Amino acid sequence: MYAPEFEYHRAATVAEAIQLLSSNEDAKLIAGGHSLLPLLKLRLARPSVLVDIGRISELKGITISDGTVRIGALTTHWEIASSHDLEHACGIMAEAAGGIGDTQVRNRGTIGGNVVHADPASDWPTVLTALGAKFNIQGAGGSTRTVEPGDFFVGPLTTTMGEQEVLTSIEAPTLGHHQRAEYAKMAHPASGFAVVGAAVVVTVEGDVCTAARIAVGGLVPVPVRMTSVETALVGKALNQENIAEAASHASNDLQGEILGDFFASAEYRKAMAEVEIRHALFHATEVSHH
Amino acid sequence: MEKIPIQVTVNGQSHQAEVEPRMLLVHFLREELGLTGTKIGCDTSQCGACVVMMNGATVKSCTCLAVQADGADIGTIEGLANGNDLHPIQEAFWDNHGLQCGYCTAGMIMTAVEMLERNPHPSADEVRAGLEGNICRCTGYQNIVKSILAAAEKIGG
Ligand SMILES: Cc1cc2nc3c(=O)[nH]c(=O)nc-3n(C[C@H](O)[C@H](O)[C@H](O)COP(=O)(O)OP(=O)(O)OC[C@H]3O[C@@H](n4cnc5c(N)ncnc54)[C@H](O)[C@@H]3O)c2cc1C
Ligand code: FES
Ligand code: FES
Repeated sequence: MYAPEFEYHRAATVAEAIQLLSSNEDAKLIAGGHSLLPLLKLRLARPSVLVDIGRISELKGITISDGTVRIGALTTHWEIASSHDLEHACGIMAEAAGGIGDTQVRNRGTIGGNVVHADPASDWPTVLTALGAKFNIQGAGGSTRTVEPGDFFVGPLTTTMGEQEVLTSIEAPTLGHHQRAEYAKMAHPASGFAVVGAAVVVTVEGDVCTAARIAVGGLVPVPVRMTSVETALVGKALNQENIAEAASHASNDLQGEILGDFFASAEYRKAMAEVEIRHALFHATEVSHH
Repeated sequence: MEKIPIQVTVNGQSHQAEVEPRMLLVHFLREELGLTGTKIGCDTSQCGACVVMMNGATVKSCTCLAVQADGADIGTIEGLANGNDLHPIQEAFWDNHGLQCGYCTAGMIMTAVEMLERNPHPSADEVRAGLEGNICRCTGYQNIVKSILAAAEKIGG
């Protein structure tokens, strides 16, 4: 399948990419191309100009310092999945990256392209929402801004990103000694995309949960924080009974639109959200669920 | 649309060409260079028939533009054998009946090359997980897994 015709420019720096976006109407960035090229081939997107940011070294790499993990937007899922430093600092990120698509998708696809594409079935939006990540964005004239997940994801395939902006990096806090985090997904059997995904970050002192951030995705247009579940969990011992009780509040937080398709209905996905939250909490706290 | 000059090294040989920006890497390999060992199955990045090596990592060449491969070092199935001496993975597929129609085989083998580089002694489960991006409609995978395990033993000793 051939994409519609487009002009091609390669940017060497972020500033040059922004300049190319500004001077070409209807231009689009291409990173790994693993969301954009399928769209182009299906002719669901028809940019007249592609600006290739795939070689901009300032957008690549993982740095961990002062309690913060900083991941360049162009870092591939594979680089994230195979980073030993990241496994220790924020294991949920390495684990989630390793569950994306297949080897070749992970070799080419980038975390930045993934979140800017903002497919509701993607894994990163859910994980980054639970982590309370920050999105660093650069725009025309060297301006920069930093956005929280709740403001970054606006709707299906829609984010806060302006037409002349580049996502430069994503920051997440490293996990402390008392913190546990886990991502559980019900993956689509063909693509690996999330039918339902649940990410949990809990602080455990003694065996009591003192803080929790839980998000679900896949079944909703943008990731949803499970505040009722979080509230039900905090102050409780993290045993099987309390986890199951807390997870049963999930439907309170899923009052908005629920996505469904011929593979999995909305009703089914909603029921599975509770199950995946439970799985994630069980794994995070190593409570046997048998 | 204005063509873009690219230089790509394929199986050790450098090629210069001018390509349309929308040309896919798989079309460049098959149609411009005549390297038809790499196949197109789904054309939607699902099946892995088009997998080639690019700068040391496997990619689905149906989901990569030729212009993105400018300057890259590409490896295809045609580059694996040394004259008449098959690569150990090719030999293992032969010995273990790792193919029937053969349509998926080039992609399977390129994926296996990377798999064994990253993990020289995989378990059968790890081989199966590593093949998640490659679909075979004939074999039922048993003999593909067997072939890759046999190749691992041969290469790794
Ligand atoms: C077969 C298959 C299976 C997959 N399975 C999964 C899965 O299980 N889970 C999952 O989460 N994802 C999955 N994906 C999607 C995959 O993760 C994509 O790699 C990712 O969504 C896009 O990253 P990219 O670098 O390829 O982006 P591209 O396709 O290059 O770009 C995507 C969009 O983001 C924009 N963009 C890219 N980078 C930037 C930037 N730095 N700043 C601003 N805009 C930018 C582009 O303009 C474009 O609109 C799958 C994809 C395929 C093909
Ligand atoms: S043809 Fe490329 S993955 Fe199927
Ligand atoms: S041997 Fe026929 S598709 Fe695999």
